[in-house]
Amino acid sequence: MTAVTIESRKPFSLPGWAATAAVLGVAYVGVPLLASNYVLEALLIPFLALSLAALGLNVLTGYAGMVSLGSAAFMAVGAYTAYNVALRLPGTPLPLVLAVAGFAAAAIGLLFGLPSLRLRGFYLAVSTLAAQFFVQWALTKFDWFSNGNSSGVIDTPPLSVFGIGFDGTIGRYLFALTVVTVITFLVHRLVISQTGRNFIAIRDNETAARVIGVPVLRTKLLAFGISSFIIGVAGVLWAFAYLRTVEPAGFNLDRSFQILFIIIIGGLASIRGAFFGAALIVVFPLVLSRLGSFLLGGLFDSGVLDMSQRIVLGALIIIFLIAEPDGLVALWDRFRRRVFPGT
Amino acid sequence: MDGGFDWSFFVEVLTGGLLSGVMYSLVAIGFVLIYKTSGVLNFAQGSMVLFAALTFVSLLEKGMPFAVALALTLIAMILLGLAIERAVLRPLVNKAPITLFMATLGLAYVIEGSAQLIWGTQVHGLDLGIEDVPLEFSGVLVSTFDLFAAGVAAVMVIALTLFFRYTRVGLAFRAVADDQFAALAVGLRLPHIWATVWAAAGIVALVAGLLWGARLGVQFSLSLIVLKALPVLVLGGFDSIAGAIVGGLIIGATEKLGEVYIGDYFGGGIESWLAYAVALVFLLIKPSGLFGQKLVERV
Amino acid sequence: MGVERGAVAFEHWAYPHDLPLEAEADEGVSLPVDHEAIVAAHAISISFGGVKALSDVDLTVRAGQIHAIIGPNGAGKSSLLNVIGGLYQADHGTVSISGRRFRKVPTQRLARLGVARTFQNLALFKGLSVLDNVVTGRVSAARATFVENIIGLGRARREEESARAAALEIIGFLDLAEVKDRVAGTLPYGIQKRVELARALVSKPRLVLLDEPMAGMTATEKQEMAQFVKATRDSFGTTIILIEHDIGVVMGLSDRVAVLDYGRKIADGSPEEVQKDQAVIDAYLGVAHDGESQQEAA
Repeated sequence: MTAVTIESRKPFSLPGWAATAAVLGVAYVGVPLLASNYVLEALLIPFLALSLAALGLNVLTGYAGMVSLGSAAFMAVGAYTAYNVALRLPGTPLPLVLAVAGFAAAAIGLLFGLPSLRLRGFYLAVSTLAAQFFVQWALTKFDWFSNGNSSGVIDTPPLSVFGIGFDGTIGRYLFALTVVTVITFLVHRLVISQTGRNFIAIRDNETAARVIGVPVLRTKLLAFGISSFIIGVAGVLWAFAYLRTVEPAGFNLDRSFQILFIIIIGGLASIRGAFFGAALIVVFPLVLSRLGSFLLGGLFDSGVLDMSQRIVLGALIIIFLIAEPDGLVALWDRFRRRVFPGT
Repeated sequence: MDGGFDWSFFVEVLTGGLLSGVMYSLVAIGFVLIYKTSGVLNFAQGSMVLFAALTFVSLLEKGMPFAVALALTLIAMILLGLAIERAVLRPLVNKAPITLFMATLGLAYVIEGSAQLIWGTQVHGLDLGIEDVPLEFSGVLVSTFDLFAAGVAAVMVIALTLFFRYTRVGLAFRAVADDQFAALAVGLRLPHIWATVWAAAGIVALVAGLLWGARLGVQFSLSLIVLKALPVLVLGGFDSIAGAIVGGLIIGATEKLGEVYIGDYFGGGIESWLAYAVALVFLLIKPSGLFGQKLVERV
Repeated sequence: MGVERGAVAFEHWAYPHDLPLEAEADEGVSLPVDHEAIVAAHAISISFGGVKALSDVDLTVRAGQIHAIIGPNGAGKSSLLNVIGGLYQADHGTVSISGRRFRKVPTQRLARLGVARTFQNLALFKGLSVLDNVVTGRVSAARATFVENIIGLGRARREEESARAAALEIIGFLDLAEVKDRVAGTLPYGIQKRVELARALVSKPRLVLLDEPMAGMTATEKQEMAQFVKATRDSFGTTIILIEHDIGVVMGLSDRVAVLDYGRKIADGSPEEVQKDQAVIDAYLGVAHDGESQQEAA
């Protein structure tokens, strides 16, 4: 796959930390003060959930080199597990609910990752579709998962951590932000460790990795497990912090593709790539719709918008793969070096 | 079922399954053509089927004669193939196969979007003039339409086989499928061959689109038959036309039998994943597929 | 073919034919062997799709020696190395490494057997930096779980520090310090070959298999590489099996040279012996080479 280095070659140099601190400062203080409810609800919360899902997929696809088309299934497992834990074991602290949801998604991820021990490339990508269809089917078919709702729709309970409610718009935003920040930090630690190097080793040359002594099978399963854990937690954010009413169809194949597209556009094997890509995916439909109605007026109805969204998204994928396989992150880094040389 | 097993019913279900399997094979063959020559798993094959069917049916509805509409669609599909080669494949030459695969995901979005932007999103009926009366063979009912589809598939496979075996272009195909570098070395022009192959895959998509469209109606969901073809390919191997046929038959039969005989235990609707389950179990036993060649790892 | 092979290869060491061999002997069997022989391939035959790549080839390599395997294209050199390295399973024959005898050498345990290798085509981890590539060469010594790695204290930290130290030492030894933070895939070919050698050496293996380490290099680069190979043996006492096309390089570098032709071993001895061997001259020197490499040989 693409040649991307681990970003944090000098993890403790000042500019890196300063930039991170600045971003977190803006996210925790500036945004809640300034952003409207609309921006939080329609842009930032879905952005956070999708970023986390893309981060999870990037562990598997970007770092470990295994393409999955079943991400939405693992989001769904996370969301429905959290729903059932909260419903059936009332009083379970929210962090524990998140952890259980993550582990459930990891378990399903490991199960559907088993083929990776024998299959590579396309065959593996196709086999992850099995997860996509099976999970969606099971959640629609068995109404136990949705507490008896015949079409699998669930309404998530209010968020609260140790008695502190996070149910307002700002509360849900801060909750999502905190979950994403913590997991992103852990992933950062992971990818600069030997485990992260093992992922890349398997991606870049499986035979050489095996000969050197990388435990190939265990590492592949680990990538599936960690990746689905993160995607599962992202599913909880999607359901609990963003939509609050979800159905299995919301976790369909298009969602899986969307997450894959995020990392292709943002940058494979890059932590920032997940965020860059998610930002573009969340913002571009709005831009397109404004632009479309500005240029075409009444001709640009919702049907046309839908189709032109598909076309632009597809074209973006192809253009990035051709012109900038390392994604928005690489574009950004080039831009930054030109504008602020020496950083 | 009180004790006795209804064999004629079983045969009927099996036959129906095998025949619908042929329909899967029709789509799968388009994949195989492209995979054999360019090593790309073309996820956009389904959207090409949609594009072809939608174009044809829309031209028909504009009052064009059947033959003219068919010819124009054929031309459109060939142009589409050429455009894909020029705009997507050529810039990505020598990239990892999985990169090309992801590009075809993007391509699928572009083609689906364009087809519906041009022709609209409503559902069209498509009548090929084949009456779907069930024929009876010694107590077993078989759909005429399915038989017709099987016949078309057979003709197409024979035509492709003859083409590969006896024409210059076919020989070039096989050379490229065998070894791209060697083919390059002896002076075969890869872009030219790829363009031809994609155009051919477009024609296969047209055939599949007409048959599937006649059965399901021409609509967006037509592009989702790609998802039916993938387990067939996993089973049969991405590079084998014979595998696509046999894989299609196996998947078709298993789906219908599974739906009828064990579907109720699962609450129905299992056809959305049964094909994948079958393909996966099979792959775990035999990773190279039914007919796929086992390659020696070169280091 | 048996005569000259027997005469040369079995001079110092006799293969214990009569020792028991476990079926699918993954564990290997401890053998009371000549301690100087670190690797012995015995009666190896292998074919691919009906084409015989190796027939009945023996190879014995003594500890601390540089043992070259030469031969024309398609002579079976890489196949032999891949059988020793466990990537191929021979149809017949066994391989002993450090006194353990295998029908198929277990690839995933190669590192723990003290064997490292490089590949004919570059097999670097292109997306990792040079330093990270070399650090990863020590992975067989790593025991920390991913959770420990995330926390990064205790065992994980000690392992990381010792791996980095070892990597930096080898990087210095092979004169790669200047490029240690570069992404491996972006480096020139000759440097990448050297990084691959560093990755192989960082685990302090007893035996290194080098599959055409100098292929595609310029004459200067080849000489440099040859010096590094020699320095490796001299500094660390590493045993080296080396495949090479260029007979000139091999003659100056190796203690012993085995010559393969059409999947058979036609000679095995000191460079001088091999150079004088009529079979070798007929099969290899006279036919396959001309110009530059012969001058280097002379």
